Amino acid sequence: MRVLHADLHIHTCLSPCAETGMSPFTVARLARQRGLDVIAICDHNSAENVTAVRTAARPIGLAVIGGMEITSQEEVHVLGLFPEDGSLAAAQAVVYEHLAGENDPDMFGEQLVMNEQDEVIKSNHKLLIGATDLTLEDVVQTIHELGGLAIASHVDRPSFSVISQLGFIPQSLGLDAVESCSDRVSASPEGLPMISSSDAHRPGQIGTRCTRFLIDDPTIAEIGMALKHVGGRRIVMEQ
Amino acid sequence: MTLYEIVQSLQLEVRAGEGSLSNEVRGGYASDLLSDVLANAQEGDLWVTLQTHQNTIAVASMKGLAGIVLVNGRNPEIDTLEKAEEEKIPLLVSALPSFELIGRLCQSGLSGIRR
Repeated sequence: MRVLHADLHIHTCLSPCAETGMSPFTVARLARQRGLDVIAICDHNSAENVTAVRTAARPIGLAVIGGMEITSQEEVHVLGLFPEDGSLAAAQAVVYEHLAGENDPDMFGEQLVMNEQDEVIKSNHKLLIGATDLTLEDVVQTIHELGGLAIASHVDRPSFSVISQLGFIPQSLGLDAVESCSDRVSASPEGLPMISSSDAHRPGQIGTRCTRFLIDDPTIAEIGMALKHVGGRRIVMEQ
Repeated sequence: MTLYEIVQSLQLEVRAGEGSLSNEVRGGYASDLLSDVLANAQEGDLWVTLQTHQNTIAVASMKGLAGIVLVNGRNPEIDTLEKAEEEKIPLLVSALPSFELIGRLCQSGLSGIRR
């Protein structure tokens, strides 16, 4: 086993609120430059740039996990990280089916789908900044049914987090972990495992926070074991 | 009724969009979920919320709302203020909690139901 540096929450130019400079090749290159071994691409309610980032990342030895930052009906953001393309596509289909509205690029920003050479293929017209009509419980359940990991985004932020929206973390949700994006929380709420990630929306933010996993390979199965602290897998705490 | 009259009578603090206080207020909508406001608020509504992040301004602008009132003396984030100025959306703050503020808005003649 080895220690892998993971930033499991990075947006691309597909997210309306992210800079257009967050293009697939650039994200992959900067992530590697900053010493990351594995990243997860988690755009708002969409996964259409995952393949491009993964293709750009392969030659430089960076692993890319396919994910999505799903917005529940309560406007809670949840990271869904998926083991393979099939489950990611299935999650994408469920989210799209439950996401209404059309994006206004002037108001919310561009939503660009690019290839691995940072060329624009098309714009996504869905209201990705919007909320699905899935309850938080449905979101977590959908992720789990597809074999993914469900992680509550930025629980230390005053908006769009399970704590800002509900005031607490329901134990019955069965979250796999919570994410912190600042140094404001030191202890993990409700005894859940806590990961640390950048939630990068701009190139300069990539890898500014990461989680160190002691695992065999950068897979969802291994990361899941590390979160549960089984089989010798674990999160390595900062010194 | 203009927004300026409401600012005066309810002693709201004007944090941004001062140039647009002549906006006509045609009704009111209260919600802390952006998706709900996008779906149900109407043009000319005054929006009462506790959300302080910048997405509120995009929503208000998109829906043509008359302005936003933050309750409980909440402090808007800096990028929210900047965006409000940019989009000319009046951003107001009341020291009152939502229930009380909305009650007073109704007393002053505003309604949440359009005929």
